[in-house]
Formats: sequence, structure tokens, C-alpha cells
Amino acid sequence: MMRHPHVWMGLLLWSIFSQANAAWTVNMAPGATEISHAVFDLHMTIFWICVVIGIIVFGAMFWSMMVHRRSTGQVAAKFHESTTVEILWTVVPLLILIAMAVPATATLIRMYDTSEPDIDIQITGYQWKWHYKYLGQDVEFFSNLATPAEQIHNKEAKGEHYLLEVDKPLVLPIGAKVRFLVTSADVIHSWWVPAFAVKRDAIPGFVNEAWTRIDKPGIYRGQCAELCGKDHGFMPIVVDVKEKADYEKWLADRKAEAAQLKELTSKEWTLDELKERGDKIYHTTCVACHQAEGQGLPPMFPALKGSPIATGPKADHLHRVYFGKPGTAMAAFGKQLSEVDIAAVVTYERNAWGNNKGDMVTPKEVLELKQAESK
Amino acid sequence: MSAVIDDHGHADHAHGPAKGLMRWVLTTNHKDIGTLYLWFAFCMFLLGGSFAMVIRAELFQPGLQIVEPAFFNQMTTMHGLVMVFGAVMPAFVGLANWMIPLMIGAPDMALPRMNNFSFWLLPAAFLLLVSTLFTPGGGPNFGWTFYAPLSTTYAPESVTYFIFAIHLMGISSIMGAINVIATILNLRAPGMTLMKMPLFVWTWLITAFLLIAVMPVLAGCVTMMLMDIHFGTSFFSAAGGGDPVLFQHVFWFFGHPEVYIMILPAFGAVSQIIPTFSRKPLFGYTSMVYATASIAFLSFIVWAHHMFVVGIPLVGELFFMYATMLIAVPTGVKVFNWASTMWQGSLTFETPMLFAVAFVILFSIGGFSGLMLAIAPADFQYQDTYFVVAHFHYVLVPGAIFGIFASAYYWLPKWTGHMYDETLGKLHFWLSFVGMNLTFFPMHFVGLAGMPRRIPDYNLQFADFNMVSSIGAFMFGATQIFFLFIVIKTIRGGAPAPAKPWDGAEGLEWSVPSPAPYHTFTTPPEVK
Amino acid sequence: MADSISLKKLVTRLLGVVVAMFVFGFALVPLYDVMCKAFGINGKTAGQYEGEQVVDQSRQVRVQFLSTNNIDMPWEFYPKHDELTANPGAVNEMIFVARNPTDRPMSAQAVPSIAPSEAAAYFHKTECFCFTQQVLQPGQQIEMPVRFIVDRDMPKDVKHLTLSYTLFDITARHPPVAANTGG
Repeated sequence: MMRHPHVWMGLLLWSIFSQANAAWTVNMAPGATEISHAVFDLHMTIFWICVVIGIIVFGAMFWSMMVHRRSTGQVAAKFHESTTVEILWTVVPLLILIAMAVPATATLIRMYDTSEPDIDIQITGYQWKWHYKYLGQDVEFFSNLATPAEQIHNKEAKGEHYLLEVDKPLVLPIGAKVRFLVTSADVIHSWWVPAFAVKRDAIPGFVNEAWTRIDKPGIYRGQCAELCGKDHGFMPIVVDVKEKADYEKWLADRKAEAAQLKELTSKEWTLDELKERGDKIYHTTCVACHQAEGQGLPPMFPALKGSPIATGPKADHLHRVYFGKPGTAMAAFGKQLSEVDIAAVVTYERNAWGNNKGDMVTPKEVLELKQAESK
Repeated sequence: MSAVIDDHGHADHAHGPAKGLMRWVLTTNHKDIGTLYLWFAFCMFLLGGSFAMVIRAELFQPGLQIVEPAFFNQMTTMHGLVMVFGAVMPAFVGLANWMIPLMIGAPDMALPRMNNFSFWLLPAAFLLLVSTLFTPGGGPNFGWTFYAPLSTTYAPESVTYFIFAIHLMGISSIMGAINVIATILNLRAPGMTLMKMPLFVWTWLITAFLLIAVMPVLAGCVTMMLMDIHFGTSFFSAAGGGDPVLFQHVFWFFGHPEVYIMILPAFGAVSQIIPTFSRKPLFGYTSMVYATASIAFLSFIVWAHHMFVVGIPLVGELFFMYATMLIAVPTGVKVFNWASTMWQGSLTFETPMLFAVAFVILFSIGGFSGLMLAIAPADFQYQDTYFVVAHFHYVLVPGAIFGIFASAYYWLPKWTGHMYDETLGKLHFWLSFVGMNLTFFPMHFVGLAGMPRRIPDYNLQFADFNMVSSIGAFMFGATQIFFLFIVIKTIRGGAPAPAKPWDGAEGLEWSVPSPAPYHTFTTPPEVK
Repeated sequence: MADSISLKKLVTRLLGVVVAMFVFGFALVPLYDVMCKAFGINGKTAGQYEGEQVVDQSRQVRVQFLSTNNIDMPWEFYPKHDELTANPGAVNEMIFVARNPTDRPMSAQAVPSIAPSEAAAYFHKTECFCFTQQVLQPGQQIEMPVRFIVDRDMPKDVKHLTLSYTLFDITARHPPVAANTGG
């Protein structure tokens, strides 16, 4: 009676492990790093050892279930102990275990390699998002789930990467040894990317270490692996692995952005500082049309001295410099000048040549305008 | 329910049971208390099962359909707690209460009044625990492993009730364990030496020692939580100099022996059943006893294999990996012994035997995945995925639960005086067998493919197997209602059972009539 | 049975085991601490430096500094430099900056941790702002030193280590008025 499920399960096992690429994924993927391949090989080795042991033991059981039945007239034997056999099946499994432990130990030691990394990334878990910081590079950002709520609540069709997509992925280069320093700001999380065979708990108050060296460019996806509250299932990990040059460019762009942001937010600008900086900008960028004393060259280039824009509400003034005036020679400087430079030049114009408004536009206000525009 | 049970209380003995409800409230009779435990465990099994049905219904398809993530977490937590502390452990205590005195020729448990008290703590504990689901902040939502700080600083208000419920369950378990030890050590019939005890008694003795060793540690663990939450200590809070990882060490120091607490009595029961239906003595009785003791000992030094990814130094990982792998040796010995017991036997496959054989095979599959999980580097990939869920359900459902079913069918004739319906029993087995494999086998696949556990929603690549799992789970769940029907049918009637309904059975319990009289072995039997 | 001890005695002993194991649960706390310090489990740093006060000029170790704010901790908190190179046996110093940008006095506790855990047992702090609570008035900024020695016995293959601090807001538990303004 037991025979049928056995055959059925045997067939199922066989068929699934022989076609790993079927739509119904049944096995671990070998992954994208040397370590992940080593782990995969280890996994398959142990699996096949278990299969062989299983076939022998279950085979013996099924044999006796088929042959040693009372219905076939079988009379029970009387034996009930054998020290030899007991020793045998204590020692043989022990030897098999030692054989398993050898490659396992070797792989584990490789995982604990402490050689110098090329890149250090601090990973901080939050309820329910990840924060990545490129140490020594002044680049850091949060990485949030990007799957729309409509898909989760079945109001829209689900995409291919449903629940495994983020707004800003972690970007890494191929070939470099990357060290992850994993910690948490609230509860315990676990940072896991199967393709790297990296899983490390993020524990509040403690820092954990892991590393990887990725061979192939591509997008790799993972998820938080430790129950961390309500949205534990909704804090995926996406790693975008690029060629070295692409990575360098990406990092340079992020650094530029970061430097800019730092300048804007780390400094409290005073009116005089902005006027001084604006003076220089004005005399390189604006002076050709609006002239040194703000008198302009009417009618083509209106005066700024005493003009309704430069002495009116500052929002309008900023808006004019930022977006320009379509149909005239006044260009949109929002894309040409930095936030600080725009703030400086507007502040300068409002406080020069007798336009003594006494107010100032801060770089933050420009940034807000920029952010409002990009939405 | 009591009306049903009353049917089998054949009050033909001089000192028969009292009448009415108070019989059950005040009883100190080991058979009554065993019955109470078993019914309570079955109720909890259905309750915990219904939580599992909610989980599987939500996971039937990707997307959120039925419950919100916050409630989903309460379901996974309560499912685990109710099944572990409410279903499996009380069921084994029930079996111990019923069978240990009968198997060692004792008139009752050694501490009958404490026995009554330890049972009645349980309904109180679970009433407290389950009622938290109806509080405004919701019930416990931090998983049955309740890792700090999710279960302390970030826990719902109801965590305090949860802690008290755990305390009550712990006290109940400890009292039950003391009772079992005292009964086995002090009340054995003359001539019943330790090495003559049935294996079910042996495994329970070892289990009871595990219980008194680790339940107090769990009590200490939740007490520390309580102090952290309400009295300003910082055992598990890094801010005050504590350590959240310490929580995991303390918890798993309890938690790993706990999983053996849930399986050892099943080992014992299966070691009674397989010889009976093989009509051949158990192979390697002595090695079975030593293997059980070895497993119990090893269970104390492997706890950190649950924590391979928390960042343990290399030496620690290696130690816990090797120690964990070692458990495969005594476990293997047991499986080989069971297989050898069947070898050249004269086998028949009544329902208890079907469950017992399925136990051996499916538990071994769980053992294999356990061995894979023991390999630390590979565990980095398995940890906290559905592979782990598949693993521990393979050792707990066809392990503990099938062991309990096998025991129930095996001893139902002794309990009720009636034979159960063999056809229905076999149907129950096959439906459970298919349903259980359908539910849990695909979980290996989704786990290896990368699906984390304890998530209410998942990527589309996991959808097909999750649907299969859910269908299997509904099938398994419905089948257990059918089991209730079979048991009630057996209580109410059926072919009268002889004192020894199984021709291959050995042991004192078969020397008393079926149903077992209210009082047995008032004069101790002589064991040769 | 004749040879068995009395029930009362047995139960008393078993209860003794239960009480002992309950106490053992609590004893795990200091036991764990000792184990952590001895083996660097979980990045806990070692105690006082007892090695030779001789600087090992033959090698250098890169020491990296991290700062993390626990959730809801509004202070600005960062090391003055991302890293330094240290010779084993020598005393090194790094300054961490903390500023309370809120309009209320607050107290904080910094919790240190070392990675890799293999190195933690060889890292000795001689002075650290994490030894005491920090109290900052609204808008106040302070510079806090940590002085440390990397053990001469540290395994040669460890070329870098990371000292990470997580800053916790403990104002509710330790109101600033009552607290020591150490550091």
C-alpha cells in the first residue's frame, strides 16, 4: 500500500532536480559568487548523500513491507539484538558525517576571510527599509519598496519583480571585495541576497560583518530574512552590480549630489555671504545683459535696479531666475547654476544698487523649488 | 464534551468516578486526567489548526486578500504557540497520564492532586493567551520565538498577558514532569527494573528530565522580558548595556531541548507500536535507551545552530555545527533499529502501524533536511526560509502528530472498550498522509528558491507551490475533523475490544480488561 | 519499590533542580558576558589592556569608525575621521562629535561594537564616552574622545577592524537632571 506514494515521490524528486530551469523552481540557484557556488555544491553534496542513505534505509523498509507481511504467510523471526550491527551503524554514519564536515569546514573558513576589502558598505536595517552607506565616500541613501500598494491590494496586475523592487538599489562593481557592516536602528533584521550566499542579522547596538565578491554584472534580489514586525515581508533588497567603469561613474555622480546636498544643508548662509557670492556670479553670468549697475539695456534687457521683480515678492524673483521668461532673452538658470549660486545671485540682486530689500533666498529654498519641480 | 466522555466512564468499580461535571473538575484519577489532557490537546490542535488555515488562505495567492500583515503575524505566532504548548505537549502528557501507570503496574500517578492542578492551569493559560487576540493592540505578533527587542521594546500591550500565559504553561509542564519522574522512579511494580520498562516509559522519563531542566530557563527568559518591559532593567536592551542576542541564547537553550521534548515520547510510542504489528520484539532495546539519552544530552549543546547568522565567531560556528551533526548518529541508530524490527517480521498494517511507519519515513526526511540545516555555510542560505518551515513541520507533523495519532489508535480500544472502525482509520491516515505531504513538501522548494518565512505576501515565482501547499493544508485540516468523528464513533460503540486487541502486543497495559477499569493495579502485578 | 527513595525526598530534589535551572537562566546573563568578553562574541570589546606597553612597529591595523543613531535619536553624532591606522600596542585616540539639535535637554548612551568578532577580544578601550551617559543641553555640542589599544597578540591576518557606536536616547529612563554629565 505504501508503494505508490513512494514511487510517486521518487519520480517527483527525480524530475524536479533534473530540470532546474522549469517554471516551478525547486532548488537553490548557484548564485553569482565563488562562495555561493561553493555553498551550492555543498548543498547538493549533502542532498545526494541524504538521497542515497534514504534509498538504502527506505528501500529496506519497503522491502520488508512488501515481503515480510503476514498476508504472505511470513512467520516472524525472533532476533532482537546484535552488538556488531549496532556498532556498525554507529560508526558508519559517523564516518559519513566526518566526510561531510570536511568540505563544510573548508567553506566556512573561506567565508570568514578577513583580508582587506576594496569597498566598505554600512547596511542599517530600519522598520521597514534598508539604509546603505558607502564608507569614506559620503554617499548614503535609503532603499524602499517600490511596488505600488495597488498591486499589493490586487487593484493592479502584479509585475515580474512584485515585492522585489526598490526605489534606489545598492550599486556595486564586479570583481571587488565588498565588506558589509550590518547593523540595525530598531529591531533585528537580516540582510539576505541568495545569489551572494550572504545572510547576516542586523542587530540593534551591534555590528556584524560579511563580504562578497561578485563575478557577473546584473540585478540581484533578496529580502529581509528575520521577522521584524508588520511589514517584514515588504522590505526587499536589490543590488545592481555594474562593470567597474559604470560603477565609478555612478559613484562620482552620487558623490557630486551628496557634496551639493551637504553644502546646502550643513551651512547656515548669512545675507552677507550670499551677497558676496552673488556678486561674483552676477558679474560672470548676468552682467552682459543686465549691466554692472543693474541698469540693463532697455528695451531688450530690462533694468534690475528698482524693477518690480527684484523689489517684489522673493518667490516671484526666484521663479523668474530659475525658470526664465519664455519668449525673451531671459534664460532659465535653474539647470545652469547650482542651488547656492541661484540663491546667491537672487539675494545679491535684491540687495544691490539701492534695492535694499534686506531679505535673502536660501539655497534650501532653491532646493525645495527644484524638488517641487521634479515631482 | 463531557457528555461524550461520560459514556466511557463505566462506573462498575466499587470506587467508581463521581457523577456529573465535578468529576472532571476535581478528579485525581490518572485516567480521567489523561482524558482531559487529550481532549484539551485536541481542542488546541483544532484551534492552532484554524490559525494555520488563515495563514494558508492568505498565502493561497500572491497579494493581500484576507488579512492584513499585522494580523497575519499574530496568526503565525499563535499557531506556533498553541501547537507547541497547547496541542503537542499536553497530548503527550495525556498519553503519559493514561499509559505510564498502566505500563509499569502502578495504581495511579505518584502525585494525583498536583496532577489535577497541572491540568487545570492549562485552560487558564490558553484562555489568557487567546483572549489577547481581542485586545485593541492585538495579540502577540513577534513569532513563537519572540525575539527581543521585537517582543519587548516594540511589542504590543498584550505581551504581559503572553508572559503570564507562558508562566502558567511552564508551571503546568514542570509539575507534570515531576509527576512522571516520581511515578516512574517510585511506583514501578515489583520486578519492573529500569531496563525492563517499555520504551514509551523510558522516553517519557528522559523527556521529563528535559522538561524540568529547560522549562525553568524559559520561565527565567520571560521573567527577564517582563522586568525589561515593566521594571526598567536591560537584560535584552543594548541601550542599557544588555544584549538582544543574549535573548536568543537563553531562548534556544530552552528551545532546542524543547523540540526533543516534542519528539521523544513519539519515539517511545512508535517503539511500542512497530514491534506489535511486526510480531517481533523491538530490535536493540538497550541501544534505543542509550540513543534516547544521547539525543537528550546533545540537545543541550547545540542550541546556537538556530543562530548561525547572528554573527558567531568561526570557532563557535564550527563547534555547534559538529555537535549538531552528531545528533544524526543516535537518531540514525533509532531509525535503523525500527527498520530492523520490521525486517523479517510478520507485518500487518492496521491504522496505528500505518501512522508509525509513516512516522519513521517522514521523520527521517525531516532528519535529512535537519542534517542539511546543520551545515553552517549552507544554513546561511536556508536560515529563516520556507526550507526551515518544511524541515520542522516534517519532524513535528508526521513526527509528533503522527506519533500521537498512532498512539491514539493503538490505545483507543484500551481507553474506550471499543474497536475503532479500521476502514475509517485507514482513510484518516491516507488523507492525512497525502494532505501533509502536499502541504509541506513544496515548502522545501519555495524555501530553496528564496522565499523567507513569516511573510504574508510573496513574489509571483512562489505562487504555484504556495497554492499547492494551501490546498494540501485545507485537505489536512478537514481530515482532522474526520478524526474527531472517528473517535466519537469509537467512544459510542463499535466492536467490543478484548483485553489485548493486538495479537503481537506486549506489556502490562494489555493485562487489564478493556476498557481499563477506573482503578487498576491496586495490588501491584508481579513482573518476571 | 523498596530500594527507591521516599517520594517526598524525590520531589524535593526535583523541585531543587527546577529552582536551580531557573536561577541558571539568570546566571546565563553574567556567564554570557564573560564568554563574550573572552571570545569577542557579538563584537563585545575586551577589558583592560594587560599586555606589554611596547608598540609593535612591524605592522599596522586599519581602524574604521562607524556611528549609528538608534531610531528616534535626533542628535548629530559622527567621528571626526572615518578611519585611522594604528600600531598594535600603541594608544590611539579618536574624537566623536555629538550635538543636541532639539530644544530640550537629553541624555544618551553610546553602545560600542567591534567587527570582525575575531578581533573584538583584542581591542582594549582605555577611555570611552560609552562608559558613561552623555547629557546635552539644547543646541549644545561636545567632542568626546575614545582612547584604545589594539592588542599585540591580535592575529596577524586581521588587517582591519571596525569600531561601531550606536547612540540610544535614554532620556525617558535617565532624565538629564539626575544624570551625571560625564564624558
